[in-house]
Amino acid sequence: MPKLSQIISKKVTVINELGVHARSAAMIARIAKNANALVWIEKNGERVDATSIIDILTLACSKGTGVTITINDPADKNILDNIVRMFKEGFGE
Amino acid sequence: MQQKESNEIILTGISGAPGICIGKAYLVDKEGVDVVAKYHLKESGIKKEVNRFKSAVQKAQKELTRIIKETPEEFKPHAYIIETHIALLKDKMLYGRTIDIIEKEGVNAEWALKKVVSNVKPMFESMSNSYLRDRSEDITHVSDRIMKSLTGVERINIGEINKKVILVAVDLSPAETIQIQLERIKGFITDRGGMASHTSIIARTLNIPAVMGLERATSIIRHDDIVIVDGTTGTVIVNPSEQTLIKTEKRKARYEAYRSAIARKSHLPADTIDNFHLKIMGNIELPEEVVSVFSYGGDGIGLYRTEFQYMRRLSFPTEEQLYERYKDVVDVMPDKPVNIRTLDINGDKAVQYAFDEEEANPALGLRAIRYCLKKTDVFKTQLRAILRSAQHGDVRIIFPMISNVEEVIEAKKLLGDAAESLYKEGIPFRADIPVGIMVEVPSAVITADVIAQEVDFFSVGTNDLIQYVMAIDRDNRHLAHLYHPMHPAVIRTLKTICEVSHQAGISTYMCGEMAGDPSSLPILIGLGINELSMNPQSIPVIKSIVRTLKAEDTKGFLDEVLKQHTATQIIKLTQESYGSILSDTLYSE
Repeated sequence: MPKLSQIISKKVTVINELGVHARSAAMIARIAKNANALVWIEKNGERVDATSIIDILTLACSKGTGVTITINDPADKNILDNIVRMFKEGFGE
Repeated sequence: MQQKESNEIILTGISGAPGICIGKAYLVDKEGVDVVAKYHLKESGIKKEVNRFKSAVQKAQKELTRIIKETPEEFKPHAYIIETHIALLKDKMLYGRTIDIIEKEGVNAEWALKKVVSNVKPMFESMSNSYLRDRSEDITHVSDRIMKSLTGVERINIGEINKKVILVAVDLSPAETIQIQLERIKGFITDRGGMASHTSIIARTLNIPAVMGLERATSIIRHDDIVIVDGTTGTVIVNPSEQTLIKTEKRKARYEAYRSAIARKSHLPADTIDNFHLKIMGNIELPEEVVSVFSYGGDGIGLYRTEFQYMRRLSFPTEEQLYERYKDVVDVMPDKPVNIRTLDINGDKAVQYAFDEEEANPALGLRAIRYCLKKTDVFKTQLRAILRSAQHGDVRIIFPMISNVEEVIEAKKLLGDAAESLYKEGIPFRADIPVGIMVEVPSAVITADVIAQEVDFFSVGTNDLIQYVMAIDRDNRHLAHLYHPMHPAVIRTLKTICEVSHQAGISTYMCGEMAGDPSSLPILIGLGINELSMNPQSIPVIKSIVRTLKAEDTKGFLDEVLKQHTATQIIKLTQESYGSILSDTLYSE
């Protein structure tokens, strides 16, 4: 288990019309795969592995959903920021 | 036998193709993929199985990458879907878990993959957002693709069955039907479809009993259940009792004896009592079927559907490939007419990966001659192949879906261009072949007198004609009862077509399902149609009925038919006037 101090989370809201669908999930997973440690996406207490498109899809994040992105290694801070930015940009849609 | 009487379930559907068979059910999965076999591996085989799975995924990945590469520029924006699918192939929930299951449970890759997918899918079903819920389709696409590369392109899981089975499916597309090894199929049972659906046409062509439109067959019938398919009455009996089995065997023997009695005379010409000669021809879809038309005594090929050569491909067939196939058919019947119908689909959709921009109304969309006149290069390749095959026999050409005379003029011009280019290149061909159109669009009927001046013959395609005249989708189970060839609107339409062609001095042929239906025969002879083309198996029956009719009488009968107000009245009149001739005691027991 990582130390509590190492865990960093950011909250973000889904803004794009279609929600997190296959394409956007694939974008997240592609970035998360470069992380040193696990990256999580959490919605209403349910959390999934951000490197799995299918796992992300099963969260059913429609427009307006609030999600929390969590990293377990501070070295992955860049990855966290990138994922948050993608959400904020509505995955370019 | 322990089977109790009470286990017997009788299901009633629509007769798809006549005949009776008894056999074991083979269910084609609801997801469209064949039932997956499960088997356990020896400890030593596990690593090999994991590698087999990995290379199947790799193969799928390569295929998708190639599809992206071959995507034309204008569709490139859609290619991201395929890129996402490539990413999904290696997703740990799919890829990782399947490997886990193979290793932990020691089962085959197909079974492990199926298990993973069926665990994932329910997670989507409860989602309230319908768009996100439908994303499970992406997973289906991807897993289907892996499954296909695991089992081989030919879907050999069906090939693995070493006994003959009865295929049970929700529906079968023409493409799926050609993938099946038909010599392993005794009968067809489908939830959807009707008398004129593709599966039933194919079943009739191949002489395989079929019952369609059963609605719940796939949920009632289990794998390996004993089933009786009575395609003549449209019934299916699941888990039949001993008694039923004995009765059915007897019926089956009687039916087969009747068929062979008729077949003995099938090579003789079909002349009515008063010597009106009617040519009875065969419809074919695969070049190989010409053999069955020949053996059933057909007087030629009334309709050669050329679509199959364009399906399930990554690129269009070449002129040489088409020419070889057409020549195969013409060579079997060098002295009999072979009517080749030009491409009757949207070729782009057939040859390329299906993108999600489906037409809202494909039946009214860009297909057949409309497509060919837009894609003149594709069209010319086919026209050149047809003209080349014509030097070997009596080839006629039919343009489908004609809705106005301009299309005919334009198609004929392209045919002329094709002939000229062959001439310039010094390639042997024959240019003086009869040119006709499929009469299947109401606007072509209404302007038939104008179009008649441009063509040598009309070929009435009743399946589409009825569909367009009545505005009824013939594959829609809820409307199947309204789709009726005996409707006064249909008979009057046929009357118009025949009057126009007689006046213009051109021939009239018919090649829809109606042409092979014994009960339509008195009307069709009354109309003076010159050639009827049908599935090869119907040829002997139709020929034998023609020989019992008097052409002169059918003219008076037709006048009476035209006075009727409803299809029911026309059917009743036919029954009263010709019931004894048309009724086939063995059909109804």
